[in-house]
Parts: sequence; C-alpha cells; structure tokens
Amino acid sequence: MGDKPASAIKKIEATGLMRKLMGAYFQEIDQAARTGDRKIAWCTSVGPAELLRSFGFLVYFPENHGAVLGSSRLAQELIPAANARGYSPDICSYLTSDVGSYIKQQTPLIQAFGMAGIPKADVLVYNTNQCRDVQDWFAFYQREWNVPLIGIDTQRGLGDITRDHLDGLIAQHKALIPTLEEVSGRTFDLDRLKEVVASSYRCTLLWKKVLHLAAHVPSPITFFDSTIHMGPAVVLRGTPEAEQYYAVLIAELEQRIADGVAAVDGERHRYYWEGMPVWGKLRDHAEMFASEGACVTASTYCNSWIFEPLGCDDPFEGMARSYTELFIVRSEDFKEQYLKTMFKTYGIDGMIYHDAKTCPNNSNCRYGMPQRLNRETGVPYVTINGDLNDLRLYSEEQARTQFEALGEQLREGA
Amino acid sequence: MSAFFCGVDIGASATKVVLVDGDGNALARVVRPSGVDYAATASNCLKLAMQDAGLVDQPAFTVSTGYGRENVDFAGETRTEIHCHGLGCFHLVGRAVTVIDIGGQDNKVIHLGDDGRRLEFKMNRKCAAGTGAFIEEVALRLGLQVGELDALAGAADRTVKLGSFCTVFSKTEILSHLRNGEPVEGIVRGAFESVVERIVEMDPLDGLVAATGGVVAHNPTIVEIIKARIGREVIVPEAPQFTGALGAALTARSLASN
Ligand code: SF4
Repeated sequence: MGDKPASAIKKIEATGLMRKLMGAYFQEIDQAARTGDRKIAWCTSVGPAELLRSFGFLVYFPENHGAVLGSSRLAQELIPAANARGYSPDICSYLTSDVGSYIKQQTPLIQAFGMAGIPKADVLVYNTNQCRDVQDWFAFYQREWNVPLIGIDTQRGLGDITRDHLDGLIAQHKALIPTLEEVSGRTFDLDRLKEVVASSYRCTLLWKKVLHLAAHVPSPITFFDSTIHMGPAVVLRGTPEAEQYYAVLIAELEQRIADGVAAVDGERHRYYWEGMPVWGKLRDHAEMFASEGACVTASTYCNSWIFEPLGCDDPFEGMARSYTELFIVRSEDFKEQYLKTMFKTYGIDGMIYHDAKTCPNNSNCRYGMPQRLNRETGVPYVTINGDLNDLRLYSEEQARTQFEALGEQLREGA
Repeated sequence: MSAFFCGVDIGASATKVVLVDGDGNALARVVRPSGVDYAATASNCLKLAMQDAGLVDQPAFTVSTGYGRENVDFAGETRTEIHCHGLGCFHLVGRAVTVIDIGGQDNKVIHLGDDGRRLEFKMNRKCAAGTGAFIEEVALRLGLQVGELDALAGAADRTVKLGSFCTVFSKTEILSHLRNGEPVEGIVRGAFESVVERIVEMDPLDGLVAATGGVVAHNPTIVEIIKARIGREVIVPEAPQFTGALGAALTARSLASN
C-alpha cells in the first residue's frame, strides 16, 4: 500500500561523474570569489566564453544558475522579489529568478556545493544573439557591483549571414580585448585563444555525437537526459574536463546501443521538443513520456550548444560564426528548414512546442511554424503553454492532456 | 441481460455518465456537479444511470475521461477528452467534422477526417477566458443565475462589446458598462460573443462544424452567435453535454470487444 510506482526513467551511469565535474567547477569559482585569487567573468550561455578563458578568467554562466533555480523550484519564491523591484513578471524568468536569488541571498549553490552565494563578477560579458534580456540582466549586476559590462550586439532574425555581418562581429569581439586585459591583468595571447577554441571545438564534436546517438532506434538517451548532460558543454567548454566527460558518456550510450538498451522501454513514439524545458517539471515530464513509451529524442534546445564553425583556422572567425549561425539568431525560413532536417535525422513522429511565456526568443510557435511544418511534413504537433521557470504560467492538466492526446492520435493513425 | 458499457467524463464543473449497449446506443445519461470527491460523484452517477436504464449487473467495461479521469476507480482505462469528444461526435455525425467543445474550464477544436480519425486539435490557452468558467464569472458579476443568461442574450437588441481577453479585465469592463447605464441583455450578449471570439481565434473552423459541451447545451444562443460569426450552419449533436462521456462509453465498448 502507498508504494510509489517504480520510475520509468533509466539512470545514466555517467551522471555521477558529471555531478562531480560540475561540483568542482562551482567550487573553483567559489574559491575565487572568496579569495580573489582568480578573476571571474560572467558570460551569457552562447557568449564568447573561449575569449574569456584565454585570459584565465573563471567563467560563470548565470543562465545555468537560472536553470538550477527552475529545477529546484526555488524560482517560485524568488521571482516575486525581482518583480517587486520592477522586473516585470513578463520578462525572462531566468533573469527574475536570478535577480530574486541575489536579492534574497538564496541559492541551491550554497547547499549543493558549499558556495558562499552567487559569485561576484569582475567583468560581465554578454552577447545579444539570444535576446536583449541578457543585457538588462547583466546591467542589474553592473549597477550593484560597479564592474565593467561589455558585450557583443548581434543582429537577429538572420537568413543568410554575410561577410559584413561577420566582419562586424569579429570587430566587436576584438573590441572586448582592452577591457579584458585590464580586468585580468594579462595581455591577450592569440595562441592561448587558439588552444581554448580548439578544445571547445573538440567538446562540440563530442556533444554533437552524444545528441546524434539519439537518431538510433530505439534511442539510448532522451531530451530530458540531454538537458542535464549538456551542463559541461555549456559551462566547461574549452576545458579538457568537458572533453573527457563526453568520451565517457558516449561510451556508455554506445554500449546501450550495442546491448539493445533503450532510454525508454518499448519506445513507440519519437518526439521532438521545440523550446525551453519546463525546468520545474523536467522529471515529471520525463516520467510521463517514458510511461507512455514515448521518447523525446531530439530538441533545438540541446542542439544549440553545437558550435561547429569553431573548427575554422581563425578563432575570431570561428567565434563570430558559431555564435551567429545559431538557430535562435535566425529567420523563420531558416528555422523551418532546420526543423525539417531534424525530423528526418531523428525519425520524428510527433512535435511538442513549448510556448514559454517569458521567453519569446525560444518559443518558435508564434509565427505560424507549427501549422506550416505540419502541412509540409504531416508530423502532428501540440503546443503547451508554460514557462521555463515560472510555474505560475504552467497548467499541469492542460499539458498532460495534450501530451496524452498526441500519443492517442499517433496510435489511432497507426 | 446483454452487456453494456460505461463512459465517465469528469469535467471541471460537471460529471457526465453515459451507458451504451453493444450497438453503441445510449441507454442512460446522467449529469451531476463534479464536486470535490470525483470518485464518489462518478460512482453515484453510474448508480443513477443504471437505475434509469433498469440495469443490475455492472458494466462490462468502463473508460473515463476529463480532468478527473484518473480518479474513477471502476474505469479499466482512461482516454483524453480530445479523443472522447472526437469519437462521440463522429459517432453522431458520421462524417468529416470540426468539433468545437466549450467546456467548464477549457475549449477544444478537433478536426476529424472522413473516417473519424483525428487530423488535428487545439486546446485553448490556459486562461479561462471564453470557457464556461468565464460565463459563470459574468453571471456572478451581474447578480444572475447562469441559467438566466441565455434568455437575456437572446433578447438583446444590441451587443455591448467586451474588448478584453482576460476574465478579470472583462469583469471590470462590465462594471463600467453598468455604470454607463448599458442594458444587462446587451452585456450578456457581449459576453457570449466574446466566448465565440476566443474560439474563432483558436483555429480555422473548416467544413462541417459541430458544437458540443455543457455551455452549448445550456446556451443555444451561443450556437446562433457562432453561426452568425462564421456565416455557416453549425450542428449540435444530440445531448451535446454528453459527447465526451459517449465517446468514453464507445471506447469502452471497442476495448471490451478486442
Ligand atoms: S533566451 Fe530566453 S531564457 Fe534565455 S536569457 Fe533570453 S529571455 Fe531568458
């Protein structure tokens, strides 16, 4: 009586190693924040992390913290504190969670990694390739700490990317150097930058391989696993640790394939997740789909940390292209083509759009995409209304009904 | 006594039970407020339905649907409202149809093909604007019973438009209309039209259109407004409040025969 049903989620063994790596990463930053022995740069998640690392900065990614606040559901208590300070409930809930966390001095990083709190930045570096919110987010801390705020302003909604775009972006990357030299106390070192970019590139190829293994039927990994295991590709890219980690993860997933082990037992549907995860419901969603025999095999979100142009000879060209060729920066037409290719690659038979109230930038269902793609590919879809972090904007019942109805529709059509 | 099959639809406001025979004919229909104890309400509805139909044995199989579908302990399986409303409506209409279901808490638009297969569906966004809950709020604000609204909307000689998406804002708008001396009939009609607007903007209403759900059952004027809005005939299948429960009962029948 009262026994909880067994979880349908299959644990990935490498998770332990990943948690250790992430722990070491946070502890190193905490040590620097406490002692000042190394400089800390804050960076947006698809920002110029390689350039920062080449100066010896420890790089901290507040969006990663946003996701931690969402997953722990602490965001619910923190967002109102930011709202009360004039940060609207309609803007990025990573921003409002993180700013609320700073105001209330509450973060799971304290309990999980023994950190003193949010680590103070010596410099704040953004790229508006993903949205404008990041700039305003970092500006909050600039005012709090009176530290330099620098960044790259990327045009958005791009179809073709031209030489002019790239030249402008390269110039913007280079324009960051004087401030970074001043804050770090080091001179820019092109060879060091090349090394970091090369490492980041190797990490990208490994991460790409991880995601690509999901093309196998049945898939050895789900989107929900990938959102966790992408941690090193986000925060540790450009370090040997990230490369080592993905080699271990790939070996485990390849073993699953060799042994015929699926991430979801009896995989009968393969879904694509378009948009952000609902972080506070990640586990529930993973359970829900797995118990239905549905594997969410691929997503734009996890693929957004693949930066293949980093492989080109000139590291500035590589960074400029990598951080501009991204899905989130591109036009609707580009996105549509991209999604069609993904459907084919991953053998997708159902599509889930997450319309995240506070992130229009990652909600790709607002300009007729679901209807167009459905007409062209015949792949059925559902759109759930929700949010990345603000669960006040999410209706469990409506989402569940839509997920189930999608599965029913596929089975009826079978 | 030949076997019969049971469909239970536990919605946000009302629980509906339909019993069908082996040919899919409805033997009984019962509706009661869902209340707070879904399981008890469902059992009670089944009991009443069996009494109505003079049945003694238990149903051969039961399928539950609706928000409370997981709470029906005598159901062998659950299906979503989308599935059940689609199936129930197709059973009655028998051809390709676009189903509009206006429920207590949400709206659905379901497109069914010639063979009854679901082609596409939409649910409203999570806000209650345009649903039965909205109409209840409007009644409350105007100091009326929900049952009085339809006659008022039908009697209105003009519409007092409500411009807002939001239930709360609409209530404020109603206050200002009352202050300005606008007629209650016109305001109620404005509320009904706003319900229809929320539906029309959900999805294209192609081909044959059928309207179902409790709101439709109790407010025929809404159907008239939909017709006027889309400029086409809208059919209302028999017992429109029970379409979901009928679909559940028909699912029970086919599961039992498999
Ligand atoms: S892309 Fe969206 S989630 Fe990410 S920082 Fe910008 S608004 Fe927030």
